[in-house]
Amino acid sequence: MATAVAEGSSAAQAPAPIQAFTVTLIIRRFDPEKDAEPYWQDFDVELYATDRVLDALHKIKWEQDGSLSFRRSCAHGVCGSDAMRINGRNRLACKTLIKDLDISKPIYVEAIKGLPLEKDLIVDMEPFFESYREIQPFLIASDKPEKERIQSAAQRERFDDTTKCILCAACTSSCPVFWTDGQYFGPAAIVNAHRFIFDSRDEGAQVRLDILNDKEGVWRCRTTFNCTEACPRGIQVTKAIAEVKNAIMRGSADIPVSDLAPTPQRA
Amino acid sequence: MERYAPTIKDLAPRDIVSRCMVQEVAEGRGAGPNKDYVLLDCTHLGAEVLETKLPDITEFARTYLGVDPVYEPVPVMPTAHYAMGGIPTNVKGEVLSDNDTIVPGLYAAGECACVSVHGSNRLGTNSLLDINVFGKRSGNNAVEYAKTAEFVPLPENPAAFVTGLVDQVRTASGTERIGALRKELQDEMDRNAQVFRTDESLAKVTETIHELRQRYQNISIQDKGHRYNTDLLEAIELGFLLDLAEVVVYSARNRKESRGGHQRDDYPKRDDETYMKHTMAYLTGDPHSADAADHISLGWKPVVITNYQPMERKY
Repeated sequence: MATAVAEGSSAAQAPAPIQAFTVTLIIRRFDPEKDAEPYWQDFDVELYATDRVLDALHKIKWEQDGSLSFRRSCAHGVCGSDAMRINGRNRLACKTLIKDLDISKPIYVEAIKGLPLEKDLIVDMEPFFESYREIQPFLIASDKPEKERIQSAAQRERFDDTTKCILCAACTSSCPVFWTDGQYFGPAAIVNAHRFIFDSRDEGAQVRLDILNDKEGVWRCRTTFNCTEACPRGIQVTKAIAEVKNAIMRGSADIPVSDLAPTPQRA
Repeated sequence: MERYAPTIKDLAPRDIVSRCMVQEVAEGRGAGPNKDYVLLDCTHLGAEVLETKLPDITEFARTYLGVDPVYEPVPVMPTAHYAMGGIPTNVKGEVLSDNDTIVPGLYAAGECACVSVHGSNRLGTNSLLDINVFGKRSGNNAVEYAKTAEFVPLPENPAAFVTGLVDQVRTASGTERIGALRKELQDEMDRNAQVFRTDESLAKVTETIHELRQRYQNISIQDKGHRYNTDLLEAIELGFLLDLAEVVVYSARNRKESRGGHQRDDYPKRDDETYMKHTMAYLTGDPHSADAADHISLGWKPVVITNYQPMERKY
């Protein structure tokens, strides 16, 4: 049947072919088995305006240089595998479209910073996940109800923004504090703590607030807002960190909602 | 959708919706300059419902298509989304080597597995069932098993098979590229074994798979390293993809009826008399032999009917 589709479409008047562009990518390469130092390498790729940077990387890997190494999985901004620095900004390769970049100049692509470089665009995520695990990112509840735990729409709304985290590390690896102090929990761990601290069904808020009330906890945050800018999910990361700081100061997660600035609606 | 599922229309199951989309395009009613897709109109839902109940898919349309579903219809076409067959297991997540023999200590759950709850269709939330029910059961049962299981004697070099496979692919010095072979496999599977199938299309793609298997013997990869070798990973995965594609096509050709996601244009009716049973595929010879019949044997497993009696699907 699909064959019939192809015939059907070619029988119609041929539409103008979609314009392709030659785009130059300059990629920071590093293979610890071969290279003493990372180096930059140029690749020219034919791309459409609607292609993503991930498509460009695939074209290079599949057609030019199979050794180019990067992580990716779902390819549409859900799995969080392909965070990288694109033209100096942390972004997901699968959510960065060529049409949104200035292709009159080369596109610079390198691994995210602050985590040990493994190979090309791949970093060791283990320190990142270690911090994540430390804040106990799971529901802590002593009761065992017969049915689901009921929550009102307003209670859910309280932590809705931080449920969107995909653990891509774009925020943590854009944070200048994290770059210089790898012991800092980092924005992503705090975002995920926030997601449970303010969940009405959870009983572990105080445990998490204690963990984060540490010199390597929330107080390291200098409200640079790099994390908020980097987040590919549009999470108000700096605001979430501020709410956790606030809860520590009050000694409780039960902040009256009226005390908080309204969450801006995302476009 | 009125013409395809007059009662529930747009809420028809995905196999039906997928076929409608492809059929509309095949009959020349597709949208766009190439008439090669259909339009999904959800503007009647309004901004609030779309933003709050369907935020991800709304954002995908905006990001990748430049289309705002609040104001305009979204171009759509079916794609491969989920594998309905898989490693046979029982309801405890234990892997079966035939209709009822348990492989001790081996568990499978998720999309790799097939508990056969929903048979030949992918319905909404199938994968939640895989995760929440069978993932949990497999995990719990594996824990119970491990508590009392004894170690079994291992052969001389138990990893030899895998290290041999990895080294063979890593050092292969042929001329074929992985990316090119995989693209051809994907395109031909889409063309001949997707939402509509015939004996002719399946025979055609059988040939393609055979040819690609031969070309696969002549691959090479560029990354010869031992660290994060994703080139190697993709090459090994392609070998497995070829195996799986062959099993899918061989089984589909053997099932001369239409059922759920398996639609044979040459056998459009469901045939409960002959085919109300699961296909079991066994590797019985050299997987690289030319003819699939020389290395795949097919068997059947009865369907367990519980609360819901089979009936005609009318929507």
